[in-house]
Amino acid sequence: MSAVPVRSRASLDHGAKREGPPVKGRLTMRSTLAGGFALLLSSLVVGAGSGAYAISASQLVGVFGALWQGGADPSPEYLVFVNIRLPRLVLGVAAGAGLGMAGTLMQGLFRNPLADPGLIGISSGAALAAGVTIVLGAWLLPALPRTLGSWTLVSMAFGGGFLVTLLIYGLSRSEGSTRMALMLLAGIAINALAGAGLGFLSVMATDEQLRSLQFWLLGSLGGARWSAVLLVGVIVCIALCAGLTLAAPLNAIALGEAQATLLGVDVERVKRRAILVTAFAVGAVTATTGIIGFVGLIAPHWVRLVAGPDHRVVLPGSALLGAVLVLAADTVARTAMAPTELPLGVLTAFIGVPMFLLMLRHFRGRL
Amino acid sequence: MMRTMQGRREALRLLGGGALAAGAWPVLAQGTRAPRLVTISGAITEVVYALGAESQLVGTDTTSLYPEAARRTAKVGYMRQLSAEGLLSLKPDAVIATTEAGPPVVLDQLRTAGVVLELVQADHGWGEVQRKVAAVGRAAARESQARALAARLDGEWAQVKKQVAADTGRKPRVLFVLSHSASPQVSGEKTAAHAMLGLAGGMNCLAGFQGYRPMTAEAMASAAPDVILTTTQSIEALGGIEKFWQRPELALTPAFKRRALVTQDALLLLGFGPRLPFAVGELHKSLRAA
Repeated sequence: MSAVPVRSRASLDHGAKREGPPVKGRLTMRSTLAGGFALLLSSLVVGAGSGAYAISASQLVGVFGALWQGGADPSPEYLVFVNIRLPRLVLGVAAGAGLGMAGTLMQGLFRNPLADPGLIGISSGAALAAGVTIVLGAWLLPALPRTLGSWTLVSMAFGGGFLVTLLIYGLSRSEGSTRMALMLLAGIAINALAGAGLGFLSVMATDEQLRSLQFWLLGSLGGARWSAVLLVGVIVCIALCAGLTLAAPLNAIALGEAQATLLGVDVERVKRRAILVTAFAVGAVTATTGIIGFVGLIAPHWVRLVAGPDHRVVLPGSALLGAVLVLAADTVARTAMAPTELPLGVLTAFIGVPMFLLMLRHFRGRL
Repeated sequence: MMRTMQGRREALRLLGGGALAAGAWPVLAQGTRAPRLVTISGAITEVVYALGAESQLVGTDTTSLYPEAARRTAKVGYMRQLSAEGLLSLKPDAVIATTEAGPPVVLDQLRTAGVVLELVQADHGWGEVQRKVAAVGRAAARESQARALAARLDGEWAQVKKQVAADTGRKPRVLFVLSHSASPQVSGEKTAAHAMLGLAGGMNCLAGFQGYRPMTAEAMASAAPDVILTTTQSIEALGGIEKFWQRPELALTPAFKRRALVTQDALLLLGFGPRLPFAVGELHKSLRAA
């Protein structure tokens, strides 16, 4: 403890841990990110080429040609691809990237491998607000659906997630600092409360409302329309940029909050930023897609297994891998039982868990 | 299979050339080809079969289980969770659903793709059946047949209403129990079962709440039903009539003492489709006999 030297801020900008000799079997930062981009690109190609509606490769080229020239092509393939499939792909990338990176931020902040964005109440708050809107919306807020239209559920869920996160953040403040242990417990307590609220709502709900709520809780990219997709895309992009600046301070926090402070990191500011970035990214994603479980938990671990714990790799890497996971799951969701669609939240686990377990076995020596 | 799909798409493009130029797709001039239909509601699917338009039916939802042939159509999933691309892959000209169908974004995407959407308001009355018949008639381009079917059904309905009205005895207090899954639910106001009981000359013994609630022993005792109504599917799910009467919640009801039980198929009882006159007539007779 006492041996930790006080470093200047300048050294921090290169990361708390200097890049030492490469660890055997670990990918370097560059090859990890290149691999991530390659995976993302191939899952985008596969996702673009598959779907319930048969669109051949040559038709797809034609669609892209028409898109490139900016002229609307009125063929059915163009309409299906541009209005339905393409916004889904973009939303899938945004959702996966936001969830993956937020997972890394939370695990880094809590210094706990079990942390995920759900811990600070975004998902449960959004779910509770969505439940209130679905079940009680008609008589609680009769004016809202008329003024906000199809944005009612989205804005309610985003607001709910954000408010609950603020509440948990507020509960964990003590004497001017944020206590992570307090935040963890407050998060668990508030999540349980939100779960009880959802349980109560499910008793009040009619059969149709119950089914709607159930599907919302399982997540889907089916609600993708350009207006919402672009909004989520912009929010996630900003969150990604902001999140990446936290890589070096999070590396310092990995040594312990006291050490990070000694290294010149404003720990309070990092916490505030990480929570804000997570709340915006995950809040926006969850509000449009419903709850997509597991991506935020699994993507960071995956990258760490391959490339080591440096947040400068894990943050962008988990964003890439999150996007790949969501795209892969959604491609299966769209095609496996076509013309019926499967809930996405089911598939992220069905696809992600076996791959992750294989990964764990392969790298078990490294844990 | 693949070849016919391909051929169909080619044909569609040739036929639809004019309409496509106008930016709408795949709206085809009526009469060039019988419109392809997707139905999202068991009762609406029944109307399609009643009109003899099943050759035009290319997809149905998970609640379309009657007639037997409807089970073998392509399934587009649950009505609240439709998939735009999945629906469009069936290349329908029209989708007929109730106003419960969703999500709204998917409905918008279908409209953008030029699919005609017929949404029927469900209010658990005779008007609902008439609207379903008219909507299917319009969408299937079989309006004269639809008018004939509506007239025939109106006649049947008048008969049934006369049958129920002629009965001036005390209205039996009826409890409707639905138990398709784990825990039995009982119906309050604003449910299809509540409306059916009213139409068939019975009286829902539960009032003061809307929708379905879990069945509890004390509430059932105080509701004091003379007759229990349930679906044949509920009896099957519970493992037979013996098992049904073993439910502890029912033990303190007058119906239990007389073992007064009426069962009807769930789709027939709650569907509000073209079989409504038959369903109400049968229910009235059974309630009398119970």
